[in-house]
Amino acid sequence: MWEYTDKVQQHFLTPQNVGEIDKPSGTGDVGSLACGDALKLTLKIDANDIITDAKFKTFGCASAIASSSVLTEMVKGLAVDEAAKITNEDIAQALGGLPKEKMHCSVMGREALEAAIADYRGLKLPMAEGEVVCECFGVTDLEIIRAIKESSLRSVEEITNFTKAGGGCGKCEEKLRKILHDTVSGKSEISIPHATPKRMTALQKIKKIEEVLEREIRPGLKKDGGDIELIDVDGDFVIVSLRGACKSCNKSQTTIKEYVEKKLRELVLTSLIVEESNS
Amino acid sequence: MTAGNPNVIYMDNNATTRVAPEVVEAMMPFLTESYGNPSSMHTFGGHVGQDVKDARIKVAALLGAEPGEITFTSCGTESDSTAILSALRTDPEKRHIVTTRVEHPAVKNLCENLETVTGHKYRVTRLKVDAEGMLDMAEYQAALSEDTAIVSVMWANNETGVIFPVAEMAGMAKERGILFHTDAVQAVGKIAIDLKSLDIDFLSLSGHKLHAPKGVGVLYIKRGTLFVPFMMGGHQEHGRRGGTENVTSIVGLGRACELAAEKMIEENSRVKQLRDRLEEKLLAAIPKSMLNGHKTERLPNTANISFEFVEGEAILLHMNQHGICASSGSACTSGSLEPSHVLRAMGVPFTAAHGSIRFSLSVYNTVEEVDLVIAKMPAIIESLRKLSPFWKG
Repeated sequence: MWEYTDKVQQHFLTPQNVGEIDKPSGTGDVGSLACGDALKLTLKIDANDIITDAKFKTFGCASAIASSSVLTEMVKGLAVDEAAKITNEDIAQALGGLPKEKMHCSVMGREALEAAIADYRGLKLPMAEGEVVCECFGVTDLEIIRAIKESSLRSVEEITNFTKAGGGCGKCEEKLRKILHDTVSGKSEISIPHATPKRMTALQKIKKIEEVLEREIRPGLKKDGGDIELIDVDGDFVIVSLRGACKSCNKSQTTIKEYVEKKLRELVLTSLIVEESNS
Repeated sequence: MTAGNPNVIYMDNNATTRVAPEVVEAMMPFLTESYGNPSSMHTFGGHVGQDVKDARIKVAALLGAEPGEITFTSCGTESDSTAILSALRTDPEKRHIVTTRVEHPAVKNLCENLETVTGHKYRVTRLKVDAEGMLDMAEYQAALSEDTAIVSVMWANNETGVIFPVAEMAGMAKERGILFHTDAVQAVGKIAIDLKSLDIDFLSLSGHKLHAPKGVGVLYIKRGTLFVPFMMGGHQEHGRRGGTENVTSIVGLGRACELAAEKMIEENSRVKQLRDRLEEKLLAAIPKSMLNGHKTERLPNTANISFEFVEGEAILLHMNQHGICASSGSACTSGSLEPSHVLRAMGVPFTAAHGSIRFSLSVYNTVEEVDLVIAKMPAIIESLRKLSPFWKG
């Protein structure tokens, strides 16, 4: 039996702000059925960047429901910038604390909030960009490093309690130990990136696309005797032309969609659409 | 309401049971005036020795065994470890164990340790189960080999109540000269067992699952089966298990076995009817709910029901508000992050495994209690589904 505070009990038994906002300004959808908990947070944000309403739907245990409920109360009335500063520790504190094995519930609340704000601002979610360390629960190294730093975690068990990483098959235990060691000893080279703004100037966008084509895509194609050329960038449409062996290759459409477009979306902008030049 | 605690509707009897008042009564003298050591030479201790002997006779009677085949232990887990490790020691050439994917951790984790801690000196075959939790006898037959030291298969599953055909399986092992152990912790007292007619070499049982106190168990060792003790020490238990006897609990277990024999018919009629009533009404009243485990090849007291798209711990805590006690196979209740290995082995989808609730009844439950649970559950599930992002009701 878990020892839950009165505040957790109260939010679990009479959750506040349940539901989904119609036409939300921002939506954060995290977790999954397979993981055992999931949270959908919707925010209404006015013209002055103030969160006027917040609603949640949660699949999960008592502490997951309570974390979601208290989170909606915390963010209502806050400016988006202020809300963005809320950490999982803040959520846990608002509940009068959570059992250590349940801290991942507060982390889920914070992740949903981040996702909803990123969605509102049209930003990419920085945490998802890391490398997946725990395959069972889809936890990235960036999420783990942040949890270690922010909550002063000192063991693999604590990492599991906070992020769920390592709680499934356990195969990533060694990796987790290394990340912990590197982070605590300050060796970790990985710095947590800040969200990259979606709206860049047309020039910035073209430059970035050129960079990625040159650095990431062209070497691979050249190995197969092909090449690629950037013809035009029109809004989100990236027009390219395949050269050499690629030109006559019957898999050219696959190359463009599965390889070129995927890479550009990943490294430049998620909304890009790559097409082959007709000429 | 359940006698003993008026605020509680106790439907978690596969976890542990209420100590029967008759058992408490039988034990009291040994907590007070009859404190002698059964091994002592004086009459004061000797009397106590006689009571342990009587308890052994009563346990043997419930199992259809001889008193000499009964060894008292501290719990089911000790009995399991003792049996499996003994088999490996008496025939050290054999390095293979056959078990199932749905064993209790007492056997499951021991087998995992035997593989990994010994650097894979031992090989373990874990038999699959189908969607209803049943074994495939052809797979079992094929798994038995010249190298197999022991088969360890539970009689009935603690989570679903599914009963395995251990009589038949023990016979098949015997034909190949392989020892057979069964963890019968959930079966003893709920279904009739007659070991003298079976080829089972070792059987484990636990006192607190049949209305005796916690901290006492039994290992049945068939007469003539080679045996190496787990606990070394004094000559107690015919040298099979060192350590001064837990006299009070042993006497309690003896009385509990007597009572179990008396109530076996009630367990399989009235308790079963209560279970069926609970199960049928809940499945009918709550959409997207389903039974986990075989409908008929099952203990009379157990119903494992999944309520899709909601999470087990949350359900249990709402039930707790009404004083209803049960268990869940969800990840959150286990302290681990993954749902029950039994439900996963059966291929129960995640949507349902996380929302599984095990109701396990006993002779102390009443129809009023069952009806109260039937009345409360639909609203609990509905309120949680309203919160669930996956529920499109």
